[in-house]
Amino acid sequence: MSCKPMKKDESVPLAQHRRTFFTQAAAGVSLMALAPGVRLVELAMANSEDSLPSNDKRWGLLVDTAKCESGCDECVSACNSEHGLSGHGRPETDAQWIRKVDLKDEQTGHELSIPILCQHCEDPPCVDVCPTGASFRRADGIVLVDKHICIGCRYCMMACPFQARSFIHEDLTGQKTHSPRGKGIVESCTLCVHRIDEDQEPACVEACREAGHDALVFGDLEDAAGPLASLSRKTATRELRPDLKLNTGVRYTSF
Amino acid sequence: MRAPTFQHMPSSTPFWWVAAIATAFVVVGLVSAHHMESAGHWVTGMNNRVVWGVPHVFAVFLIVSASGALNAASIASVFGRETYKPLSRLSALMAITLLAGGLTVLVLDLGRPDRLIVAMTHYNFRSIFAWNIFLYTGFIALVVVYLWMMFEPRMNRFVGRVGTTAFAWRLILTTGTGSIFAFLAAREAFDSAVLAPMFIAMSLSFGTALTLIFSALIFSIRGDGLPTALMLNLRRLLGYFVVAVAFFVMVDHLTRLYGAEHHSMERFILLEGGIYPMLFWIGQILLGTILPVVMLLQRRCNTLAPTLVAASLVLVGAFCQLYVLIIGGQAFPIDIVPGFSETSGFFDGVIAEYQPSLAEFGLGMGGVGLALLTYLIGTRVLAFLPTTGFDSGPSS
Repeated sequence: MSCKPMKKDESVPLAQHRRTFFTQAAAGVSLMALAPGVRLVELAMANSEDSLPSNDKRWGLLVDTAKCESGCDECVSACNSEHGLSGHGRPETDAQWIRKVDLKDEQTGHELSIPILCQHCEDPPCVDVCPTGASFRRADGIVLVDKHICIGCRYCMMACPFQARSFIHEDLTGQKTHSPRGKGIVESCTLCVHRIDEDQEPACVEACREAGHDALVFGDLEDAAGPLASLSRKTATRELRPDLKLNTGVRYTSF
Repeated sequence: MRAPTFQHMPSSTPFWWVAAIATAFVVVGLVSAHHMESAGHWVTGMNNRVVWGVPHVFAVFLIVSASGALNAASIASVFGRETYKPLSRLSALMAITLLAGGLTVLVLDLGRPDRLIVAMTHYNFRSIFAWNIFLYTGFIALVVVYLWMMFEPRMNRFVGRVGTTAFAWRLILTTGTGSIFAFLAAREAFDSAVLAPMFIAMSLSFGTALTLIFSALIFSIRGDGLPTALMLNLRRLLGYFVVAVAFFVMVDHLTRLYGAEHHSMERFILLEGGIYPMLFWIGQILLGTILPVVMLLQRRCNTLAPTLVAASLVLVGAFCQLYVLIIGGQAFPIDIVPGFSETSGFFDGVIAEYQPSLAEFGLGMGGVGLALLTYLIGTRVLAFLPTTGFDSGPSS
């Protein structure tokens, strides 16, 4: 390797070199310092106050059991399709966010069918027991799992009184971008939070109406003039496991 | 009585054989964990109804035993009983290695064991599980300090104080472990404050049984037997601890049997639940309680062999007890809509199926192997083995 010596008259003045270096360095540092700030402003603009969940609302569901037909599983199919819950033909380990349960009164023999899903409790046991805080409750009452910090300990599944949570036991395919999932973590009904944030109702509610049953009513539990409150005023509603006093966001009527 | 002296475990063929067997268990555990994590938990018997299985039985057993393994050290330094002093160092070593074995099983069974760092950086202080992370790591740190006080002659004067702190800490630790189940208000089989003191009694019993077995093993590897005075004291203690566990088990079931609310669940666990009543009556009560108590409290059986048989039976009972408690408690269906019978495609209203897989047993045995292997390594690295200082007869 040869090294050509620089002639004296070819040299760039040192002061000019220094000036150029400092100018470029200053520009680089400024860019690095400002860019995240600009990005933050951008994010803050995107998540304006109006679009953030607020505790002025509490989203919930009212299930009219008189209209919920035994044998119909439109809500279950819609949920599976919306969130890409395909299953592996192993019911014990496949994910199920909503299921139809047939009930029979042990005294009178009266039969009915109800959907059971995450009840979006005001005091959710899953949130209490989660060691990392992955299970959390949004300000608007929706109980979710932060899939980035769930470690898959399943303590929330032990604590859930409704067995509404599923652990992902195997590899997944066909995931939906709006409903990311992952092997080895726990998940449950999100009340279709991605749709709610776009002013749409949950997929199960839509499917039930389209099937002509209209047994599921979605709305804001805090809105006195809304459909949930007005229906609740006309008929008695009950929550599952009332003994635990969880004040669930999903309520049932006509039984 | 002279102060005990200690030595390193000398190299011998029996030592390397036992170390090789323990290593084989660790390898089986690692292979099992890899299989479960790469294929996913569907290859285990666990499912969405029985979410904690055999690995949790092993993990809880090891964690609870770790606390009880400190008995010998506590009795020597907190209650001033010199008979146990030669065993203090081994007792503290065993507490650390059993806990490490149990925690390893617990971590390797996680859905995402790679996120262990998340568990150590994100805490929800409303969760008893999060509190337990501090209780476990704090216990290990405290016992390390305790060992330092024992090993370093200049620090010997602090042994009593650190020993008392470790003693209090381990009572809280076992209360915390029991509370993992006691706080589950949604499940009938758990949700009972008596589980916390019951877990303390279990820790004393399981830990003492393991102390007898591990100590007999380590002394026989060195070529001598477990000193008679120690053995006699430990066996009598174990007898009392087994009775204490039986007392809490009885109180727990009687309380539940009193109200009609829990009759179905009690009928399931005690009479009609298939494998669970069998494990309860034959494993936990007959083999794990009645037989060992008779053997331990009878003077005619006060030699080493029957003592070790009794200690092993206590461990059989321990596994059966934890299996019935943890898995049986999940298998019994939650009554989501009281007053109604429930049927669904998700197994509502029916007893949950659970068939443990070999991988689960492999992982659990890996934890036991890890505890034993690290125990053996410890005795080679530092002077844990007592050579003198044994009492000649049992203390009253």
